Amino acid sequence: MINMTAKIEIRRANKLFDTGGRHIAALENVDLDIRANQFVTLVGASGCGKSTLLRSIGGLEDLSSGEIRVDGRPVSGPGAERAMVFQHYSLYPWLTVRENIRFCRSLKIKREEITSADVEIASGRTDALIGLMGLAPVENAYPNQLSGGMQQRVAIARALMNRPDILLMDEPFGALDAQTREVMHDLILHVFALERPTIVFVTHDVEEAIYLGDRVVLMAPRPGRIDSIYEVPLPPEREQDMKLSPEFTELKREILSRIRATSGMQTDRGMLDKLTATAQPGAAA
Amino acid sequence: MAAQYDSGIPNPRRRWWVIRGQIGRREYLVLALLGLLAPLAAWWGLAHSGWVDKVFMPAPEEVVTRIYGWFAEDDLLGDIWISVYRVTAGFAISAVLALPLALLIGTYRPLQALFEPLTDFIRYMPAVAFIPLVMLWVGIEESAKIAIIFIGTFFQMVLMMAEDIRRVPMAQIEAAQTMGATRGELTRLVILPSAKPALLDTLRVTMGWAWTYLVVAELVAANSGLGFAILKAQRFLQTDKIFAGILLIGLFGLLMDQSFRWLHRKRFPWLYFK
Repeated sequence: MINMTAKIEIRRANKLFDTGGRHIAALENVDLDIRANQFVTLVGASGCGKSTLLRSIGGLEDLSSGEIRVDGRPVSGPGAERAMVFQHYSLYPWLTVRENIRFCRSLKIKREEITSADVEIASGRTDALIGLMGLAPVENAYPNQLSGGMQQRVAIARALMNRPDILLMDEPFGALDAQTREVMHDLILHVFALERPTIVFVTHDVEEAIYLGDRVVLMAPRPGRIDSIYEVPLPPEREQDMKLSPEFTELKREILSRIRATSGMQTDRGMLDKLTATAQPGAAA
Repeated sequence: MAAQYDSGIPNPRRRWWVIRGQIGRREYLVLALLGLLAPLAAWWGLAHSGWVDKVFMPAPEEVVTRIYGWFAEDDLLGDIWISVYRVTAGFAISAVLALPLALLIGTYRPLQALFEPLTDFIRYMPAVAFIPLVMLWVGIEESAKIAIIFIGTFFQMVLMMAEDIRRVPMAQIEAAQTMGATRGELTRLVILPSAKPALLDTLRVTMGWAWTYLVVAELVAANSGLGFAILKAQRFLQTDKIFAGILLIGLFGLLMDQSFRWLHRKRFPWLYFK
């Protein structure tokens, strides 16, 4: 049963949240295999449990039942081999950019617990990451002197410092403007090509999910579950122009309509007509 | 009709009365000085108008003379020293005990449940009402004054510091967890450094309360210090000395407050970058 090629195995994962006496299934019987060195994106309407699933892989959330295995070993808590990048507020404002990136060097991590990470992290690693992420001009600045996009570059560099096997990204570009986001997309793809971690990336932006992912996992809400999985029919080397290709737009259309169908929040035509009617001049006396 | 084109001159009224608007540094200083000097001028005017008996309101210059006399003949420095010592001791003991407790309450929900309602309850008991008990239990030595300052500040400090700890963004903590940080490392390298600026602000605010309780303690149970000097002056109807004592305490409060603010800017420069 155990798939030897899977880096992350999720088996019958269930997660219940208690809200005012009512149990809400954030995850219900989720099964998913993620292969090593793959870029997997999780999309879905809000409340579909994509963030919960990501946080469970990171060990930041306990499952109610079921199991998540990484390299065949069950996840029981957070670990250095599974670095996480958050949407915001995760940088340390009292440290400079360089000190933030080097933060993990101040921790006494039990090295043998890191599966395939480099035990001997070269001292040049910080410089390499600063160069890779284009942070050289601001390496001695403090995070609150940086724009949102630059802050996320620091967060990614910091997460990469340990050479994690798995990079978990929770809507990392969700708060950025569209132009910055495109730049970050190509940057993260570049990082992925160089370092080849396994990336699990949560987003609510379908275009982002397709452009970045080798595979797009579509989740649906109430209860949170996996609805469908799409292989992205694009070459591994992505370019912005591909967003206009027929394969891309076709997949985008398919996923968007599936999200609409599963979100349970289709536009209520009747209500829309009523609103339009009351907005007519003369309707308001 | 005439004002069709922007003259380029900013309209000061519009600029001043914008909600949360900005004013220039010079304007700020002028206004601050005005706010300080106007009451002083009013006091001077009232004292010299002849409407009020000198026993009730001495003139500013008489208060200054009194401060000098106090300094030259009546051991003002000794009074200041003993008061500062009591405040600092009571305040320091409070802070040293409150911080670890606040760290636990702000980090672990069960400990919050265990301690926070209790602390809230005690905090509403007026510290002043503890004075008879403190005299009974601790005596009338220095420790009694320090104990009253401790009672007045400790419980407030615990609650405020716990809140400071709770405000550390969860993402900062979780990021460190996914980099392999242990509990000890999280506390030492993330939670404390992240909460430090807020903790220093809490200390600044509670320092003011410590001064209040100092005066209370000295009014009731002391034979030295600024508060006691005020009480003694009342017995001899030395209104100018009462004024002098009150003003000196205010001045010390202001000095301490400004030192805390200065330390804040010095230690946490990243908060002041724009």
